[in-house]
Amino acid sequence: MRWYSFLPLIGFVVMAIYFGLGLRQDPSSIPSQLIDEPFPIINLPALEGREFGLSNEDLQGHVSLVNVFGTWCAPCVVEHPMLMLIKRTEIVPIYGIDWRDQPGAGTEWLARRGDPYRLVGNDADGHAAIDLGVTGAPETFLLDREGRVRYHHIGIITQENWNETLLPMIRELQNS
Amino acid sequence: MIAEIGQFVLILAFCVAISQPILLAAGLRARDPVFHSVARAGALAQFALIAAAFVCLTWLFAVSDFSVLVVAENSHTSKPFLYKLTGVWGNHEGSMLLWVLILTSYTAALALTAKQVAPRLITLTFAVQSAVTSAFIGFLLFTSNPFERLDFLPENGRDLNPLLQDPGLASHPPMLYAGYVGFSITFAFAVAALIEGRADARWARIVRPWALAAWSFLTFGIMLGASWAYYELGWGGWWAWDPVENASLLPWLAGTAFIHSLRVMEKRDTLKSWTILLAILAFSLSLAGTFLVRSGVLTSVHSFAVDPQRGVFILAILIAVIGGALTLYGLRAHTLKPTGVFSTISRESALLLNNLVLASACALVFFGTFYPLFITTVSDQTISIGAPFYNRTFNPMLAALLVLLPIGSMLAWKRGKLGPILRKLLPALLIALIAVALALWLSFTGSLAGAMGAGLALWIGVGVVLDITSRIKLAQIPFAASMARLRNLPLGIWGMFVSHLGVAMIVFAITGVSAWNQEERAFLQTGRDASSTLQIAGYDITLVEVRDLRRENYIGDEGVLELSRNGRVLETMTAERRFYPVRQMPTTESAIATRWWGDVYATIGPEVPGRGWPVHIYLYPFALLLWIGGGVASLGGVLSIADRGRRSLGTPRSGVSGLSKPAGKG
Repeated sequence: MRWYSFLPLIGFVVMAIYFGLGLRQDPSSIPSQLIDEPFPIINLPALEGREFGLSNEDLQGHVSLVNVFGTWCAPCVVEHPMLMLIKRTEIVPIYGIDWRDQPGAGTEWLARRGDPYRLVGNDADGHAAIDLGVTGAPETFLLDREGRVRYHHIGIITQENWNETLLPMIRELQNS
Repeated sequence: MIAEIGQFVLILAFCVAISQPILLAAGLRARDPVFHSVARAGALAQFALIAAAFVCLTWLFAVSDFSVLVVAENSHTSKPFLYKLTGVWGNHEGSMLLWVLILTSYTAALALTAKQVAPRLITLTFAVQSAVTSAFIGFLLFTSNPFERLDFLPENGRDLNPLLQDPGLASHPPMLYAGYVGFSITFAFAVAALIEGRADARWARIVRPWALAAWSFLTFGIMLGASWAYYELGWGGWWAWDPVENASLLPWLAGTAFIHSLRVMEKRDTLKSWTILLAILAFSLSLAGTFLVRSGVLTSVHSFAVDPQRGVFILAILIAVIGGALTLYGLRAHTLKPTGVFSTISRESALLLNNLVLASACALVFFGTFYPLFITTVSDQTISIGAPFYNRTFNPMLAALLVLLPIGSMLAWKRGKLGPILRKLLPALLIALIAVALALWLSFTGSLAGAMGAGLALWIGVGVVLDITSRIKLAQIPFAASMARLRNLPLGIWGMFVSHLGVAMIVFAITGVSAWNQEERAFLQTGRDASSTLQIAGYDITLVEVRDLRRENYIGDEGVLELSRNGRVLETMTAERRFYPVRQMPTTESAIATRWWGDVYATIGPEVPGRGWPVHIYLYPFALLLWIGGGVASLGGVLSIADRGRRSLGTPRSGVSGLSKPAGKG
């Protein structure tokens, strides 16, 4: 027997352990650390060619959605039409955080596809996303009037998510 | 009733599959040749039963039986009939059943064709294959039963994701699975060789057609997937380094290395344990691909429903199958002794280099796909790895490999000489350099990378032609003699030429699409004047009218666009925005006019009152060549399978191994 013949097996064992750990923390069921906590302090600059960025003050006084996206993210392309629909309902404003994009890419992407956001902050170095505990784009946070996180949605918002989860929560928060 | 029959045959298939390895192991121990027939009968029975289950599920979709959960979740009476049928595999349960159907088809194909292979090896292969099959039928039965009934009868179904209602989707997963699953046969052969402690040139000859079949299907499947993204997602992107795309690229890279190293093993009886390892890896990565899409560890456009319980089951299968094979490899790899030796300048060394680069590229993509997951698992941090990473690492690596391709494929086995080959390739080098200079001079977008890409494509393409002319000694011997040599070139060699030509086409097309593309956008009024026309690269695109669309399963707008040049109308095309009411989901259908030099690609947005319709035009030079190149590369694999010389070598010599009497009568 040659010891190095076992190297592939060792590599696989390491991978299997991480797969196992990855499974245990199934991404869409992790309760976010941020639930009922104030939204982390952010003060993001505007996208290239735009005037306003995004900071905590913008998120005060009304119920809002904060959506983390990136032009490099294929699922975000799929989610985008849903966000446009939500915007059209005028039920709740959506704020965007453009996560780790090339300069100018976000502006161009929104100009091309349509802009569902009231304001967009540019998180070029990804620090805000780390503070938010974002595991991948797209992710969406539901904030109450005081700017506290009330719900954290991981992945694409589908019509069902909207009808069955987000919309009832938004109505409840708006009426309280 | 049909659902219950489907359920029943699925259970029967499970019983057959799980009993096979035990029976066959006992048979091999007893050295009773009757068990070879048991292996073949078992393989055919598994296929027949799974095929019956698949027919049942297809029937349920065809008649829209909404009392069955998957049909209710994924179909709708207003859906076109064709998409009702493709809906069978447009969901997790059905696609798993398709996966198992293809798995058993391969096993049955082996049973029908490999009558003359060393019986002991083939029986062991069947045992391994059946063990894998039973694991996946178990997965279906215990976690993803496609025949589960609902307690109530819904009025109608909930449709299929409209993004997936596309002819591309209909053919894409079956092709991809045929590729993934094809590597199960080579995996089973590799495990059988390890158990026997024997792998030689003969083994390589037996395995090669299966490896080529899997590789050809996978190549074609990846190409279909890329074209689906190009035509359907609405911005002409064809590859985004999405985890699910990477999941199909990983086994492709391992499989490409595998078919090349098999050639070395066959010709020089060396590189054995490496080839066996690649066989195991190619299938392991295929399984990891399945695991990725289904466990919810990574999400993407292509994901099916997330269910952690399924993830646990699949992880258990991975540990059993991959862990088991690699343990066996660790224990037995040293028994596979090479007889051939390597000299520095030879075909085998070139192929070894090819393998090292492909394996490194595979490791790189693996790292890029899983490292973000790893980081999230061990810390709170998250990172994302996207196109810029691969552009800087993967692309140069592959480019270096492709630069060496024409040289390597002209080198002789055992002892090659570089000098004469480089002299023969001089015309290719000159043409490539002229192409680089020309591209820079024309300066499509002034991109150096684009010019290099074009040069590389021509270097490979012309290199293939020079390889042919040198093999038939064109202009060195009389023309008729050259033609005779041309006719006598084995199909395996033609396969290599054709595949490498496909690679050249793909490189050229990628260069065109990603380095020389152009885009333009504007708000257009409908009509035939300046306010309804957009200009790009000498073409005029006019938004003639926008029509209301009402179809059975969607409503929408249809923009009619006229493509003209110097006032002459070349083509009329339509771009659509569809809305699928059942899923409340909008989609875009791009208008694409294919000219000889490439595609004019147009999308239309929702009307903005007062400004008009947002129209976005892209030019993608040579896009069509990408799909043709993928098809050609895949065709090369098929040609090599059909190599008759190779198949006749598969006949057994007397006293091959184990049992003295072959079971097959053919």
